[in-house]
Amino acid sequence: MLDDFLIRAAFAGVGVAVATAPLGCFVVWHRMVYFSDATAHAAILGVALALLLEAPIFAGTLVAALAMALAVTFMGRNIYAFDTILGVMAHSALAIGLVAVSLIGGVRVDLHSLLFGDILAVSRNDLIIIWLGAAVVFGLTIWRWSPLLITTLNPDVAQAAGIDSRRESFFLTLSLAVTVAVAIKVVGILLIGALLVIPAASARCFARTPEVMAALAVLFGVVSAIAGLRVSFFYDTPSGPTIVCLLALIFTLTNIGRSLRRARAERVSH
Amino acid sequence: MKLIETRRLGYAVNGEEILTNIDFAIREGEIVTIVGPNGSGKTSLLRALIGAIEPTSGQVTREKNLRIGYVPQKLGVDQTLPLTVGRLLSLPTRKSRDHVNKALTSVGADGLQRRQVVELSGGQLQRVLLARALINRPQLLVLDEATQGLDQEGQSAFFRIIAKKREELNCGVVMVSHDLHIVMSASDRVVCLNRHICCQGTPEAVTSEQQWQDLFGVANEGMFALYRHKHQQDSPDQYQNPTAVAHNA
Repeated sequence: MLDDFLIRAAFAGVGVAVATAPLGCFVVWHRMVYFSDATAHAAILGVALALLLEAPIFAGTLVAALAMALAVTFMGRNIYAFDTILGVMAHSALAIGLVAVSLIGGVRVDLHSLLFGDILAVSRNDLIIIWLGAAVVFGLTIWRWSPLLITTLNPDVAQAAGIDSRRESFFLTLSLAVTVAVAIKVVGILLIGALLVIPAASARCFARTPEVMAALAVLFGVVSAIAGLRVSFFYDTPSGPTIVCLLALIFTLTNIGRSLRRARAERVSH
Repeated sequence: MKLIETRRLGYAVNGEEILTNIDFAIREGEIVTIVGPNGSGKTSLLRALIGAIEPTSGQVTREKNLRIGYVPQKLGVDQTLPLTVGRLLSLPTRKSRDHVNKALTSVGADGLQRRQVVELSGGQLQRVLLARALINRPQLLVLDEATQGLDQEGQSAFFRIIAKKREELNCGVVMVSHDLHIVMSASDRVVCLNRHICCQGTPEAVTSEQQWQDLFGVANEGMFALYRHKHQQDSPDQYQNPTAVAHNA
């Protein structure tokens, strides 16, 4: 069954969606959207590193993403706002990475697939890595769910309840780095942020508890991964961007649905 | 029994001393209020007590497995986080619906369990946070300006609940307050902080100290006089007598 490249692509997309959706909820709640972008952009430095050392791309991107996340987290005080720092770091990493990759890799490297993903070229080995990574991220998020949630609410409240909020934040950072490393193949460096943010943001419209929001986000992520592949196959459009287009459509529809529901609720109450 | 004790605790950020040489202890059944001007390190001291910051010198000793209930100044919930009051009280460990209802009732927040946290009014949120802090029957209750944004009536009600819970649980209470009325009426001991401990003792003893008067000035003294007067006149038994520490021994 896995011989068919479309089936492999579907499994890869679903795997990534399952990992990114619950993690994406924390990214949204923590206002870490720019942080996750910076982490993703650093991954291209990892690609250059992997080419230089002839190491697996996955290992290189994981190390670079983690290094970026930790550097930003532990950076000392300075005169800039946090999002300014993230902007500087993210774009610098992307530019330096692109230059480094073309210097080291030359024509061997397909920049387009690095930036926007190449889900149809997912091999069996890629699939194993994606599912292992996704299992780690999904497992970590579920296992640390309650402590992460209370840390999100207020780190001091978590600390008073005997939870090491710094350790929980580190789990989040680690999950983010793993996600970036496994999602590159599917949607590419530039669109990983979309897989994190849009399912979670769409799910917010109908959720009254954090758990429902995470479950809905998984549903939206999986549906758009499978449907996006079909659409891209049918119309011969790039797969990663097509998946993200469907996510954008879901976001629009869920927000319209929410507005309609509110309007109706107000009519009833009057 | 000492619940938490600090010895020569110091805390500095980028070389700037926020807290110096703090020797502080809190015992069960005792209500201690920390007062001090803005930037005097009150919140830092509370955060060091609950373990949210590591002191840069000295040490903090906590009773083993100390159950702390902490009420922050603000929760800072992002609008994107859907969270019912019931779920909030179930963090980090699950509680039965009955348990949650009882906790809410005991702080006068009945019927809020299905409401979204972001939709609560300031007063409701503070009560809910107090319920959350109390739900595990804490040995120590820590409040960081927990009544900010409450009106006078709301504040009195809030501190009546705390006084009652102290009786019920025999828990220690440490709070930071800007409101000197509360200091006079609700505390057994007052710690006057200005990066170091200026003075401490019963409210009466502390307010007569020169350092207190230097810090809080004549205006506040006037306010005290007014309040004391009112206290004696209107509601002599509303709160614990601030000097009566004997029952704790």
